Amino acid sequence: MQTVYIWIVLAPLIGSIIAGLFGKVVGRTGAHIAAIAGVAIACVLSLVVFNNIVIENGEIFNGSVYTWMVSDGIRFEVGFLIDKLTAMMMVVVTFVSLMVHIYTIGYMHDDDGYQRFFSYIALFTFSMLMLVMSNNFMQLFFGWEAVGLVSYLLIGFWYKKPTAIYANLKAFLVNRVGDFGFLLGIAAVLMYFGSLDYATVFGDVDKVNTLTMSIIPDTQWSVITVICILLFIGAMGKSAQVPLHVWLPDSMEGPTPISALIHAATMVTAGIFMVARMSPLFELSTTALTFVMTIGAITAFFMGLLGLVQNDIKRVVAYSTLSQLGYMTVALGASAYSAAVFHLMTHAFFKALLFLGAGSVIIAMHHEQDMRKMGGLRKYLPITWITSLIGSLALIGTPGFAGFFSKDSIIEAVAHSSTPGHSFAYASVLAGVFITALYSFRMYFLVFHGKERMDEHTRSHLHETPWVVTLPLILLAIPSVVIGYMYVSDMAFGNFFGDAIFVLPQHDVLGELAKEFHSPFGMMLHSLSTLPFWFAAAGVFTAWFLYMKRPEIPGLIQQRLSLIYTVLVNKYGFDRFNEIVFAGGSRGLGKFLWKYFDAMLIDGLIVNGSAKTVGWFSLIMRRMQTGYLYTYAFAMIAGLCGLLIIFVYPLL
Amino acid sequence: MFMDWPLLSLVIWTPIVGGMLVLATGSDKNAVEAKVLTLVVAIATFLISLPLYTEFNTQLASMQFVENISWIERFKINYHLGVDGISMPLILLTTFTTMLVVLAGWEVIKTRVAQYMAAFLIMEGLMIGVFAALDAAVFYVFWEAMLIPMFIVIGIWGGPRRVYATIKFFLYTFFGSVFMLIALLYLAVKSGSFEILDFHTFKLGIEAQILIFIAFLLAFAVKVPMFPVHTWLPDAHVEAPTGGSVILAAIMLKLGAYGFLRFSLPITPDASGILDWLMISLSLIAVVYIGFVALAQQDMKKLIAYSSISHMGFVTLGFFIIFAIARKDANMSGAVMGIEGGIVQMISHGFISGAMFLCVGVMYDRMHSRQIADYGGVVNTMPVFAAFMVLFSMANAGLPGTSGFVGEFMVILSAFKANFWFAFLAAITLIVGAAYTLWMVKRVLFGDVANDKVAALTDINLREALILSVLAVAVLFFGLYPAPLLEVMEPSVENLLQHVMQSKL
Repeated sequence: MQTVYIWIVLAPLIGSIIAGLFGKVVGRTGAHIAAIAGVAIACVLSLVVFNNIVIENGEIFNGSVYTWMVSDGIRFEVGFLIDKLTAMMMVVVTFVSLMVHIYTIGYMHDDDGYQRFFSYIALFTFSMLMLVMSNNFMQLFFGWEAVGLVSYLLIGFWYKKPTAIYANLKAFLVNRVGDFGFLLGIAAVLMYFGSLDYATVFGDVDKVNTLTMSIIPDTQWSVITVICILLFIGAMGKSAQVPLHVWLPDSMEGPTPISALIHAATMVTAGIFMVARMSPLFELSTTALTFVMTIGAITAFFMGLLGLVQNDIKRVVAYSTLSQLGYMTVALGASAYSAAVFHLMTHAFFKALLFLGAGSVIIAMHHEQDMRKMGGLRKYLPITWITSLIGSLALIGTPGFAGFFSKDSIIEAVAHSSTPGHSFAYASVLAGVFITALYSFRMYFLVFHGKERMDEHTRSHLHETPWVVTLPLILLAIPSVVIGYMYVSDMAFGNFFGDAIFVLPQHDVLGELAKEFHSPFGMMLHSLSTLPFWFAAAGVFTAWFLYMKRPEIPGLIQQRLSLIYTVLVNKYGFDRFNEIVFAGGSRGLGKFLWKYFDAMLIDGLIVNGSAKTVGWFSLIMRRMQTGYLYTYAFAMIAGLCGLLIIFVYPLL
Repeated sequence: MFMDWPLLSLVIWTPIVGGMLVLATGSDKNAVEAKVLTLVVAIATFLISLPLYTEFNTQLASMQFVENISWIERFKINYHLGVDGISMPLILLTTFTTMLVVLAGWEVIKTRVAQYMAAFLIMEGLMIGVFAALDAAVFYVFWEAMLIPMFIVIGIWGGPRRVYATIKFFLYTFFGSVFMLIALLYLAVKSGSFEILDFHTFKLGIEAQILIFIAFLLAFAVKVPMFPVHTWLPDAHVEAPTGGSVILAAIMLKLGAYGFLRFSLPITPDASGILDWLMISLSLIAVVYIGFVALAQQDMKKLIAYSSISHMGFVTLGFFIIFAIARKDANMSGAVMGIEGGIVQMISHGFISGAMFLCVGVMYDRMHSRQIADYGGVVNTMPVFAAFMVLFSMANAGLPGTSGFVGEFMVILSAFKANFWFAFLAAITLIVGAAYTLWMVKRVLFGDVANDKVAALTDINLREALILSVLAVAVLFFGLYPAPLLEVMEPSVENLLQHVMQSKL
């Protein structure tokens, strides 16, 4: 089997290299064939692995491919751990990636950087696979940083756009802040476990569980808590949790396919996946779980609110991604890891669908992204319309759709959770349901219904996008409907992940819920009498009322609540704060240290100063060498007198 | 098959003799002959140095390829050469880099070509001599002699403020070396020989150790350079021609760090342990403070120079955290990784800083400016070059998969064992290092074409592409597979550590 795993990661890499380094040689068609073939091979083989590991319940693989290095007796390996969690992630990553690859043929059709783009997205697939298939922390960090790199390259893909190259630098640096914590977490793991191998680390948790460390003198913190929080800081960067979320909305500067691939379906799920993978560690620290849950709840609610005031179609979806990532994080905090990963999977399908649908609209609108200039598009783009509707219904959790099963599991899990802070989290996720429905259908109505607000020229050219665009939409719409129904019994309430996810018996909310769970259909029926369903319905109704029935009201609300509106439009001021305090502060500090310490104090005063002192001293010495006999005679006499005084004076 | 050959002598003297021959070609009329001869000698030297790796016994901690001939009998000074797993990789780095530097100056240097080329060959031999010397007198001769060609390279082929920069460079390094000479003479008189390995085992009182440690520190700290004796480096880099900058950053800075391993730590282990707080503080200041200073730079070469100082902070940090680890943990797990991380960082920085200076050189040759503000949108006109520069910038920012990651990773892992805050401060480089490097990339490479000069740029030619490709392969290879490097150094580092941990009092 090992050969298969190696080919799964190598195939996209080879595709990337062909498209990237030999793009000119193979041409546009050659590049996309190479990249798509690579990812398709990975996808098919991933399905084989999924079949083998999950469906046939085959043996879990944990083995090394090669030894990266040995230092201090510690082997740093590159290797794979293929269990059910990994197998599921591999399928999600490669399938969504494959859809995006096909879609890209249509979306990037007229772009000069066609080959480069395929090279990047294939490289991204490789990086993400390395991340999820890793069997140790070091390789995890490799994949972690590699997806960050590709994200940097892709956000800045249109390198002439000032906003794009600002956004990619920002994304990289904010991710690096997360990685800073993550790397320290890895260092802590190595220090206390003496290994970076998952199996060894998880096997030794009991030994480390009781240890404490002193970071600030006279305090003792649980080692596990410190490790978990440091690792989670990394997850906050990648999975865009407050306050490290700022890069994600800006990342919409990149071409739409990557928004779907990286900033919705895969890269941002890395943090969620990582925490689920580390469940044996997180389970042991209630403090860390509380921290995780609180951060997630803040993200789920407050980032959702921002979606309400956006007019850029992609940004609405972006904020919705932030909010949904918050849901997953809350689930992690509630020890409902399986529900988090389940939502990760369903979300990957419907969010990719929504983004690609938005992209399809953008193509049809000739790269117009402002929803105020759209409207009534359902006539012109029937496939995009239906698939986007499916995506939106899945997102808001309509019973029967994929998002319903995963999101409802999360909400129920939080309701039954005993993690401190769960009431706040419950309120947030519940309120979030209403907001999600409101902004999703605000977008849906603004784009596909109502008055046609575009100019005449654009309207006359409106038509459905080519098949390479609509085919992925259809292929993603199918799982967006059925995948939840198919897997809810196993993933959320069953033992789908087996030993990959570890939950302490006293934290096992999903296990409790499973006792009440009988069938997916029963869950749908039951939901009709619960709050989330009515909250979602209220959200859709409000959106319909505000944007279809009485379109003048939103403007009035905006005027009445101008303070709140301003706060939301300014995204709570995070960007400004970071720009002034962190970016400006660092630049200012650098300039200050350079000008006053390096240039003035060290170089000016000490280095050149001592040179000047020497120069001044030699000037005086030089003056004394006049060359006149009488000067020297005078000096001799003065010296003689001096000596006489020194020797004679004591005798007197 | 090469074990019986005097390989080290060959690697030292081939380039020096070759350099003399190149000088003999005389005026610029024979520039082509001079260049070809130089390249042949540089490649030959590299090939001669290869058996040092292939024939190296990775099981041994002791010196290999030893040559020992009496030189000045009266003072017991021997021409004693040998390498272990620490110095051997540095010699290969030197021969490798020199080849690239010769190529880099191929079309760029138009005046006094023979002299320029000869200077680099002679410098190569002298630097290898420093790494291979096992006799303090031989070491000192090479150490000081090496300054002369570099002094000439900056002073003659340098920029407008080259005189100031050369004098600063020379005085700074010479100032430090004098104290080292005193320390070496003291040790020689006391121990009765100039053998460095005898110094290692020679018992010394704590006062003597501290004085000797400080004397060595002055010499080596200037070379590394460590804060606060680093200000000569940005000036020297800015004024030096590209080749000079590459050798300076890739090799010369490593000599100081090498000195800590060969002299300070083994000769004065107790003093090193007592003064480790000083070394750790200075290293962390280099990493953090210099990182911020780099952020403020307007001149690309200055920025990379400051970045070099910051990266070298990892080297000295890795070397001196071992005592803090030993105090915490009797097993000293993590100490070997600190030193090895430092050495890996030395090698990796050789590739990356060399590549970064070459990249700036490529642009400078076309635009005659190093100011970031004069650039913008270079990717539009030089896409191939931009791809290389992004790769090296990422390596400079320590991206996993490039060699820049390995050393920093190891040192941070090791520093965590010494003290959480050491690791915390060192890891700040993850953010600041990315910030200054990628901000420069953004302003220089990305964006729309900034001005007519940028619009007129031509992409790199085959020669430049060859140089950068070779470096790119090296950077990626050691990032993806550092195991061979570590295998070579492991026994020597363990041996060193055991030695350092035994008190000499």
